Amino acid sequence: MAQAPAELSAPFWDLIVVGGGNAALCAAIEAAEAGARVLVLEGAPKPYRGGNSRHTRNFRCMHQGPISVLTGAYGEEEYFHDLMLVTKGKTDEHLARMAIRTSESCLPWMEKHGVRFQPSLSGTLSLSRTNAFFLGGGKALVNAYYNTATDLGITVAYEAKVSHILIEDDTFRALRVTFGGKELEISGKAVVLASGGFQADLEWLARAWGPAARNFLIRGTPYNRGEVLKNMLDNGALSVGDPTQCHAVAIDGRAPKYDGGIATRLDCVPFSVVVNKHGQRFYNEGEDVWPKRYAIWGRLVAAQPDQVAYALIDAKSADLFMPSVFPAVKADSISELAQKMELPVEAVERTVAEFNRACRPGNFHPTELDSLATEGLEPAKTNWARPLDTAPYYGYSLRPGVTFTYLGLKVDDTARVSGANGRYTNVWAAGEMMAGSILGQGYLAGFGMTIGTVFGRTAGREAAAHVN
Amino acid sequence: MSIDALATLSNRTAVDFDTDATIDEARRQLEICNACRYCEGYCSVFPAMTLHRAFSDGEITQLANLCHNCRGCYYACQYTAPHEFDHNLPRALAEVRVESWERFIWPRGVATLFQKSGVALAGALAAGIVVILVMAYALRPESGEGFYAVISHTVMATLFTLTSFLPLAIISVGVWRYWRHVGGDRVTLKHLSDALVDAGRLKNLSGGAAEGCNYEKEDRYTMARRWAHQAVMWGFVLCFAATVSGTVLHYGFGIEAPYGPLTLPKIFGIPGGILMTIGGIGLIGLKLRAEKSLGAPAVWGGEMAFVLLLTATAATGLALYGATGTAGVRPLLIAHLGAVFALYLTLPYTKMVHVPFRFAALVRDAQTRKA
Ligand SMILES: Cc1cc2nc3c(=O)[nH]c(=O)nc-3n(C[C@H](O)[C@H](O)[C@H](O)COP(=O)(O)OP(=O)(O)OC[C@H]3O[C@@H](n4cnc5c(N)ncnc54)[C@H](O)[C@@H]3O)c2cc1C
Ligand code: HEM
Ligand code: SF4
Ligand code: SF4
Repeated sequence: MAQAPAELSAPFWDLIVVGGGNAALCAAIEAAEAGARVLVLEGAPKPYRGGNSRHTRNFRCMHQGPISVLTGAYGEEEYFHDLMLVTKGKTDEHLARMAIRTSESCLPWMEKHGVRFQPSLSGTLSLSRTNAFFLGGGKALVNAYYNTATDLGITVAYEAKVSHILIEDDTFRALRVTFGGKELEISGKAVVLASGGFQADLEWLARAWGPAARNFLIRGTPYNRGEVLKNMLDNGALSVGDPTQCHAVAIDGRAPKYDGGIATRLDCVPFSVVVNKHGQRFYNEGEDVWPKRYAIWGRLVAAQPDQVAYALIDAKSADLFMPSVFPAVKADSISELAQKMELPVEAVERTVAEFNRACRPGNFHPTELDSLATEGLEPAKTNWARPLDTAPYYGYSLRPGVTFTYLGLKVDDTARVSGANGRYTNVWAAGEMMAGSILGQGYLAGFGMTIGTVFGRTAGREAAAHVN
Repeated sequence: MSIDALATLSNRTAVDFDTDATIDEARRQLEICNACRYCEGYCSVFPAMTLHRAFSDGEITQLANLCHNCRGCYYACQYTAPHEFDHNLPRALAEVRVESWERFIWPRGVATLFQKSGVALAGALAAGIVVILVMAYALRPESGEGFYAVISHTVMATLFTLTSFLPLAIISVGVWRYWRHVGGDRVTLKHLSDALVDAGRLKNLSGGAAEGCNYEKEDRYTMARRWAHQAVMWGFVLCFAATVSGTVLHYGFGIEAPYGPLTLPKIFGIPGGILMTIGGIGLIGLKLRAEKSLGAPAVWGGEMAFVLLLTATAATGLALYGATGTAGVRPLLIAHLGAVFALYLTLPYTKMVHVPFRFAALVRDAQTRKA
């Protein structure tokens, strides 16, 4: 680990990797194994190293037959089909297929570099075919990669924030970094940009989304502020994706502003009556199974006044979803619940009464679409519609939680970045920084880490070949 | 005295942790884990945790005694300080664990003394040596061979019978109260054998799919603690077997110590003593390197003294054998017996109680484990 600014600026590095998450570390490790002298510049302090990758749980992996912890087979076509479903076609097929195909060889590579996978447990069985779960989650993965990096002699600098990429005639020369209270210029033969999206920059989000974005919660790291992305766009780098797009889900309204991670998710919506701050329903809570509909609730809540909504359930549903990190507000009647949640009592009572009247008898199946629908209600609830009639009642507040942004740099299948005059000679990008190329919309669970691993490794290998 | 009668000796029969800040802190953290569950592959605590949505005091006590302080979940945790969730599950559970021992074992307060203070335990050791010394001189036998030329066998046996009965009775009551607190069911052979296998392999220090625990090298995994502990544990079992076989030889066959190299007490005792000594030294070294704030820092000194005492007991026992026939026998025997005496007498109040409590926790876990 580098301690002093002089250590960083003195040597002429083969490869400088900007960022310290999954994509960055995969690139650094590949390059170091190919013999390159590698410097990793992580903007965050050590306890927060690893960006959004430290909050992840799994990656999605193609496989012809059972490998490691994965059961059955998950072929290229099925994987690609799953991707098309969520992106609705907004994907670069060539890059997507490359990511999918390469994912298979990533799993043994990850194991070889210290990542441990969790044997499939009963609770997550449905995903044990498509997704491999990291033992301990993304932070354990990041720790393993940092240890590997240390063993390979890679220099890592924490709290090293990159603000500017110096490019002359399509060739990267140096970058500007704040480190140890100093502004440094560090030169290198090649650079891999892997500093994530810009979702932690609320002002940027507000420019794209409107002022409502200031009320959004950021599920991941506060350090992904897109400085490098912005600087590259200013440099004339080509971009993909839509700046107004971000992946947002509805999370517990009491979650921390940043870094709330997975524990702040709320799975209660399908069993709830969801109202806005005026006590009005605004969408069909029973449209589809969670988590398929998970993502759209972020946008729905974002469109409500003050970007907040309230999910109300009764005792019958209290145990039907994953426990949440903050306790629910609990009351003996709907009016008391509304009062405690500072909602207009009469409006909520009216909404719940109307909802209850619209419910019909039928068979309730919490784990599948059961068509237990309301009648004559607008908006309807088309599944799991059971009256709220059994005390105690529970309430959660919901807010949009941003996972990541889609705007990124345009890369080719060697992860090389393109500028106005074609590809740069020695600039590569990996991870969220370029994920928009493949994932133009929607979200496929576990694909973020797949993209980061595949393109990180590719970028590292290509960059090392370039400097050698 | 029956177990019930002993239990009523205690001023608190029903243990109530309701207002206990330690339990509340563990509950806060367990609720975060239960919403997250990233660590479910490390140990048995997580699968057991996910059986609940809310945690009673008894459930928290059980999870705490099931935790092996491997620290895997700490280094993997996205919510450790400086994050506002300030997560440190190994510590929260270690503190509940120690407090539970202190509260279940009669009389309360004594455990606090020895658990927390290495000085108190060193004092007990010194006292043990003095007692043995005084015995040796006051009760020097008229006749007697070998060891019993130092202390008569009857004195030694009486002393150890007395000092072992009381501690074992106290511990039994403590464990029985633990069992009631965590809501234990009727124990079957299957529960016992499951627990024995888990304890024998020290499964929960294996890190699940990882290679060991994160005890002494921060976020790197090693098997060192597991192997060192295995050495101590199996060494202890062998030494215990040596003692039992010695007793049988003495009373059953009239064969008195010292025993030759090819007798059962030696066949068990020598490898046992070596394992315990090496393992003990290993545990001491690991403990010195490990981060204190991921255990219960308040009892670090007491824990260290306990491992030292245990190791000293084994080492002096070995040395005693090595010194057979030399002038070293007399001081070594006194030191060894003093250590054994101190170890036994303080048994219910030192980390030694982790053995029955953790075993009970493993049995309870076998009962609740998902099919
Ligand atoms: C709560 C949550 C759960 C998720 N779960 C999953 C999952 O289970 N599976 C999955 O595939 N995906 C998941 N994702 C998405 C996944 O996190 C990302 O796709 C992936 O981590 C991107 O990796 P990365 O290396 O590109 O970026 P990151 O891991 O975010 O790394 C970016 C790095 O760049 C550093 N950085 C930023 N700016 C600068 C700068 N100016 N100078 C220097 N360094 C800088 C940051 O500190 C950070 O280390 C999840 C995301 C969140 C928020
Ligand atoms: C049921 C069987 C046993 C189990 C499940 C068990 C479990 C454990 C665990 C999990 C630890 C480390 C956790 C912590 O520091 O809190 C530990 C430490 C220890 N155990 Fe055991 N143990 C068992 C039996 C024994 C036996 C028979 C001995 C020998 C007397 C022993 C001696 C020790 C010692 C010396 C330590 C180190 C204490 C320290 O580092 O502070 N254990 N045991
Ligand atoms: S220790 Fe941290 S990462 Fe692990 S389950 Fe608990 S909250 Fe999640
Ligand atoms: S410290 Fe280890 S044994 Fe204890 S709860 Fe965490 S992972 Fe489980």
